[in-house]
Amino acid sequence: MATKIGIPIAPQTNKPGVSLSKQEVLRYSRHLIMPEVGMEGQLKLKRAKVLCIGTGGLGAPLGLYLAAAGVGRLGLVDFDVVDFTNLQRQVLFGTTDVGRPKIEAAADHLRNLNPEIQIDAYETRLTSENALDLFKDYDIIVDGTDNFPTRYLVNDACVLLGKPNVYGSIFRFEGQITIFGAPGGPCYRCLYPEPPPPGLVPSCAEGGVLGVLPGIVGTIQAAETLKLIIGKGDALIGRLLLFDALGMKFRELKLRKNPECPVCGDHPTVTKLIDYAEFCGIRGEEAPAAPTSVPEMTPRELKARLDRGDDLYILDVREPHEYEICNIGGHLMPLGELSRRVHELDSSREIVAHCRSGKRSADAAEFLRKAGFRKIWNLKGGILAWSDEVDPSVPKY
Amino acid sequence: MPVKVMIPTPLRAYAGKQESVQLQAATVGEALSELTGQFAELRKHLFSDDGRLRSFVNVYVNDEDIRYLQRDKTPVREGDVVSIVPSIAGGA
Repeated sequence: MATKIGIPIAPQTNKPGVSLSKQEVLRYSRHLIMPEVGMEGQLKLKRAKVLCIGTGGLGAPLGLYLAAAGVGRLGLVDFDVVDFTNLQRQVLFGTTDVGRPKIEAAADHLRNLNPEIQIDAYETRLTSENALDLFKDYDIIVDGTDNFPTRYLVNDACVLLGKPNVYGSIFRFEGQITIFGAPGGPCYRCLYPEPPPPGLVPSCAEGGVLGVLPGIVGTIQAAETLKLIIGKGDALIGRLLLFDALGMKFRELKLRKNPECPVCGDHPTVTKLIDYAEFCGIRGEEAPAAPTSVPEMTPRELKARLDRGDDLYILDVREPHEYEICNIGGHLMPLGELSRRVHELDSSREIVAHCRSGKRSADAAEFLRKAGFRKIWNLKGGILAWSDEVDPSVPKY
Repeated sequence: MPVKVMIPTPLRAYAGKQESVQLQAATVGEALSELTGQFAELRKHLFSDDGRLRSFVNVYVNDEDIRYLQRDKTPVREGDVVSIVPSIAGGA
């Protein structure tokens, strides 16, 4: 699956030139007639080499606008495969791309959008072993990743190589955008020295995201990237831009370089790339299941016991809007309300807690066990597993 | 002093789903302790066990990071906006 690191999938044709063809002059004419870009700016774009990490929600608008604008060499890094839940926001992909490697679908789309530029497609997961080698040939790195370990990896690699990192991150309907790693400017660790412990901050997969939000944030990253290349305007350096789509508000906070920063400060202690999963408290590739002493019940076991007529109290600890998507007739009590509503539960009955995938209900079951409940089970795999194993008519989300 | 504390999206679930809370406080420290007094569940998200502000949560008075002011002793005046800005990592 993975392409050999450092070698693009496509042959490196169309080497960056120093002039525009007649065809390119036509294509970029709306840039060329603007003095802020002009021929000089367009040639800078043509000579520029930008690497986008991730081709998902942020990567889609980034790839589209950077390719369309004529960035001469555009690198893309991703290891994932397109799935149906991506299509709500990852506008580089269509329904017929589901099941394809993202990198392949993205490269096809962008080559069609602009055949004048070189697309380097790296089908690989960014790691501490390959990051420096991948980054070294590019002028600007754009971070469109979706997890803390990769964010810190991108940051540290950019600081070590002295390359600007155009950063954007999103959650539900909020975004944060800035440029890290510019000469004299702050880095990600100046802003946030350490990541949150696993599980404390939900990911988009757990917390959801407004489909258009990565479009807006990724487009702002693209604008900043283009400005860095042509050298015009005020770059978003030393400023953290916050965007709230719900309130439709932009706010700007001051972002300072921390002299004590472990990677870009006066006396750096991080002088090479480290194990970022470990740094973020994650062992292995995925976050570990929370250790629990609560017994699990599989969906099939639950179905068998319900069919037998056993007296089981099904406790659904999801949110009301999730209950509306699908439910198995459980009693709704969101995890966040459990501590103050625990008196509503009867500890003498057998309780089976469930959520979407089994993670939140494990926390709920553990909480109840500590609160003195002795007949408590966690539904293994949650309502997703129920749909897989018992009732396929229950939609998965 | 009456000040407004902005609650970021990831923490609203622990603050009665409000996007901002009006409080009386003379310093940032007072504002945060007043806030976590009203919303006990916020405490573990903002502070570590030893009572220090967590390193993935920044607090600003207006547009200035309190780490470069007087941290929790930073005074607040009427009309100031205290923002809690935790790190988020989503992008896919």
